[in-house]
Amino acid sequence: MAVSAGADAASAVSYEPVIGLEIHVQLATRTKMFCGCEMSFGDPPNTHTCPVCLALPGALPVVNELAVHLALMIGLALGCELAPRSIFHRKHYFYPDLPKGYQISQYDEPLCRGGSLGGVRLHRVHMEEDAAKLIHMGASGRIHGSEISVVDFNRGGSPLVEIVTEPDVHSAEQAGEWLRLLRVTLRQLGVSDVNMDEGSLRCDANVSLRPAGTTALGVKTELKNLNSFRFIEAGIRAEIARQEGVLDAGATVSQETLHFDPSSGQITSLRSKEEAHDYRYFPEPDLPPVAITEQMIARARAAMGELPLDREQRLQQAFGLTAERARALAFRRELGDYFEQAVAAGGDHGATPTELLQTLANLIAVELPPRIGSDTDPFDCSVTPAAMLALARMLATKQINMGGARTVIERLAEHGGEVEAIVAQEDLGALGDGDELATVVAAALAAHPDAAERLRTGNQKAIGPIVGFVMRETKGRADGSEVTRLVHQQLGL
Amino acid sequence: MIDRNQVLHVARLARLILDEQEIVAMQRDLGSVLDHIETIGELALDDVVPTAHVIELTAALRADEPVDSLSRQATFAGAPAVSDDGFIVPSPQA
Repeated sequence: MAVSAGADAASAVSYEPVIGLEIHVQLATRTKMFCGCEMSFGDPPNTHTCPVCLALPGALPVVNELAVHLALMIGLALGCELAPRSIFHRKHYFYPDLPKGYQISQYDEPLCRGGSLGGVRLHRVHMEEDAAKLIHMGASGRIHGSEISVVDFNRGGSPLVEIVTEPDVHSAEQAGEWLRLLRVTLRQLGVSDVNMDEGSLRCDANVSLRPAGTTALGVKTELKNLNSFRFIEAGIRAEIARQEGVLDAGATVSQETLHFDPSSGQITSLRSKEEAHDYRYFPEPDLPPVAITEQMIARARAAMGELPLDREQRLQQAFGLTAERARALAFRRELGDYFEQAVAAGGDHGATPTELLQTLANLIAVELPPRIGSDTDPFDCSVTPAAMLALARMLATKQINMGGARTVIERLAEHGGEVEAIVAQEDLGALGDGDELATVVAAALAAHPDAAERLRTGNQKAIGPIVGFVMRETKGRADGSEVTRLVHQQLGL
Repeated sequence: MIDRNQVLHVARLARLILDEQEIVAMQRDLGSVLDHIETIGELALDDVVPTAHVIELTAALRADEPVDSLSRQATFAGAPAVSDDGFIVPSPQA
């Protein structure tokens, strides 16, 4: 996507943003990457430390087997090439969150290379340990101007996977959308909590601009620690605007690490970006290469289950759902499971008309969640999949309209029960093509002669008050399309 | 011989402040280390496969089972400054 550079578009160049993403994923293990300290979030600081993660002399790291297994699942899910021998390196830099003076990471032999997800190619996926948590104390309490910092090593040494994309992303919105896809994929795999608030999913974005239509890459900046989807999109948008300003002024963008402050929208320089060789990578002498066996790969593959994108495709193909509905169901595993169970309640779905399946998908993906609490697992509520199928059937055969269906879902969510019984009890059945509805329509036309006249002369909007009258009179039980048909019929249109 | 700017760059990475005399000395010392490393280039290594480790081993993996961590008292025992929350360090941003 090309963006126009500023208001003076006539003379200004239009730029294409080129964005690559680096995502850190904390793996769902019980213990840290290289020691047996328990993983924790929210425990008192420095209660999960040991000689290894505090870097005491003589302590030796040992690789967590489950972390490798989970990293392999990620590699397989993203279609990466898996290295048969994967090597850990020391990445050196001095910072108080890194007691060893280096981070154990991977360099030229990462666990996974290549692959793609949702049209974005991946560069690599590697394993590493997390740094400790630094709390900067100071007058403002913010990172700038702090005088002392306090280190909490509970997080130090947590198992991370870093996923690096190719620069295939071209807008802030695309970045947000792709990260949502990645998150739902990782959640489905069960490899991580992918909780951005708690830092188990963190994203950095490399942003550069180039004149639209050219292929050479511009100088990139790195936006650090964008810790919510909203901030990711806002941060990238702000950085694109900043770089446009720099380029339009005839200056050059300098390569640096930036911090986006979501409350002010300001971007500030964090520290000058060190060149890769400044990290002085060398093979970690304390860790021999990790050999990835066929057995390990087979185990990882067996643990994977169906991925959201695959399920989205299957739901479209097998049930004839629209892409939007299929995605809504596939991206929330429990909604997808609930839908498929509802379909199964009707027996062989091959015999179920596509229209009914679409209605059912619509009820489950759109109407159900807000009525049971949008984050509630539908299996934990009193609305059963079979009841939703029964309701979809009544909708498809026009025995009830959508307003009535919504009321039924509310009643089911309150106390469960049988759909037909609720419809009968609350008198929610749709007024169909019987005389009763025709009589009400006639009364509506008589009550709104002006609207009837305007409708007769071709003003379609004039039907509003007439339908409104019918809905009031029938307590919302009338079928909208049937009312429209009767109105047109009675006006001789 | 490495140049003065390279010495200053390496010193910065190591968070060292060098005076004028030390810069000259480091230039000489680092230069001779590099010269020595250069002699490896004289060896015939075409047939030697690059390796990351001296011994041909693969990593032993550890089951994901928690073990006891240190007590906070032990954790903080050698620290020059602590607060209730952790190790106090000079702010890297200061």
